[in-house]
Amino acid sequence: MTEQPSGVIHDIGYRKYDGPRLGRARVTRALYAHSLRGAYGLGRSARAKVLPMLLLGVMALPAFIIAVITNVTSDITGGLPLPYSRYVMVTMPILAIFLAAQAPASLSRDLRFKTVPLYFSRPMERSDYVLAKYGALATAVFLLLTLPLLIMYVGALLAELPAGEQTGDLLLALLGAAVFAVVFAGIGLVIASLTPRRGFGVAAIITVLALSFAAVSALQGIIRYEVGDADLAGWLGLLSPATLVDGFQTWVLDASSSSVAPPPGAAGGVVYVLVTFAVIGACWALLNLRYRKVAVS
Amino acid sequence: MNGTVVRLTYRALLGGRRAWLLLLMSVVLLAMAVLLRLTVGVDHQVTADFLGAVSVAALVPLFGLIVGTGVIGPEIDDGSIVYLLSKPISRPRIILSKLAVAATGTVLFAAVPTFVAGLVMSGTADRIALGFGVAALVASVAYSAIFLLLSVVTRHAVVYGLAYALIWEGLLGSFVPGARTLSVQQWSLSLTEAITTRDLVSSDVRLAVAGVLLAVVIVGATWYAGQRLRVLSLAGEE
Repeated sequence: MTEQPSGVIHDIGYRKYDGPRLGRARVTRALYAHSLRGAYGLGRSARAKVLPMLLLGVMALPAFIIAVITNVTSDITGGLPLPYSRYVMVTMPILAIFLAAQAPASLSRDLRFKTVPLYFSRPMERSDYVLAKYGALATAVFLLLTLPLLIMYVGALLAELPAGEQTGDLLLALLGAAVFAVVFAGIGLVIASLTPRRGFGVAAIITVLALSFAAVSALQGIIRYEVGDADLAGWLGLLSPATLVDGFQTWVLDASSSSVAPPPGAAGGVVYVLVTFAVIGACWALLNLRYRKVAVS
Repeated sequence: MNGTVVRLTYRALLGGRRAWLLLLMSVVLLAMAVLLRLTVGVDHQVTADFLGAVSVAALVPLFGLIVGTGVIGPEIDDGSIVYLLSKPISRPRIILSKLAVAATGTVLFAAVPTFVAGLVMSGTADRIALGFGVAALVASVAYSAIFLLLSVVTRHAVVYGLAYALIWEGLLGSFVPGARTLSVQQWSLSLTEAITTRDLVSSDVRLAVAGVLLAVVIVGATWYAGQRLRVLSLAGEE
């Protein structure tokens, strides 16, 4: 022991923090990393890991099967049985469930346990919080969509399909997946931010995503095949997030469409692109608006 | 059943703005039915396709999920279920009361609009509206019972319920025909098939089998939910 502090009863050894203060950017980055890990249950309890990991596995399983089929039948067909760009639409329910489960998980606890005001008492701005959460969920969804595409890509390369063509297709599909991720994460977070109760958030998100997709697809099918109006059916695709982004990647990235009706003509394509960006912008604006004022009571 | 539990559950489920949000979904269904009637006219195949795809395959399961988990899930989630459990009401009776509210809610908000949408699109012709109405009615009760059980068993009831409704009934059902024999959707569609007088709907399950399975699922799920509520343990927040 060195010298004892003398004559002081209350000095119990607390020290001030005198290290470097890292500032806004680092706070945002830390929250981003924390939220991204949280979306897959990393750093949380084992029970929280079950669901996201299960969904990741379920998401990857069809891709693995496709990769195996490609290798077995490559002499006959000479291609993947399912194009990369259609994979997201085929597995849409899994994506919807992942989003419905993880978007409220990312926001609702902060609201429910009133930790949001604590975040904002730090150098962090409102928009930093939104940026970190939005970025983290979009990245998490993007990773969920990327894994199966990579599995298919590896399968295609092992089957000795032309590498250049496959790489090009994969990159375009990844770009489409990124748009899917940003749009869906935005919609999920906007809904999730409105309620501190996880259950309501989950139900609301799935209602918006699944019901709008089912309703729009059914209407599109009826109008296209029973009425024979392919243009009107194409315009209807704007009304649900899944068909919207599918139309976007059909028109911009030349992907093969999975919707009942693709965007009608060039004007339709431009409108799809504009609406897609408008949705992303609106989600960002609404989230910022939501966090301008967070009740402490 | 217990009147007080029913009343409290009803208020928690439909009080305030929530009833309007739920009603909005029913109104969307009716609006689409009117729209189709105006653009397509009367076409019974369209009616069957529309009600089958939007109502029986999407609206009814989603409503059953939201309402079935909504009657007890939030209470278990925030722990206030202990105040109910500490009252001298038997657990199966609590479940029965909650199920009554859930089933009534789903029927009112999903099955009745389905019937009305059928009437709007096809009138009373060939008993199409009746067929889908009955199917939606039975499916509403079955989904309510299943998802009520699920929310007593697990805290992630909504998510697992979704996995059943979307992945099992939707995704797997369209690729693997065997999965269809074990789906509430197909069981209720076999009722539609039996009631409508024209060949518009086809179900993979025979009527007798479907009826027995539906009854077993509804009674079994309700009974088991009562048993599980007797041994419910309140987990802490993750």
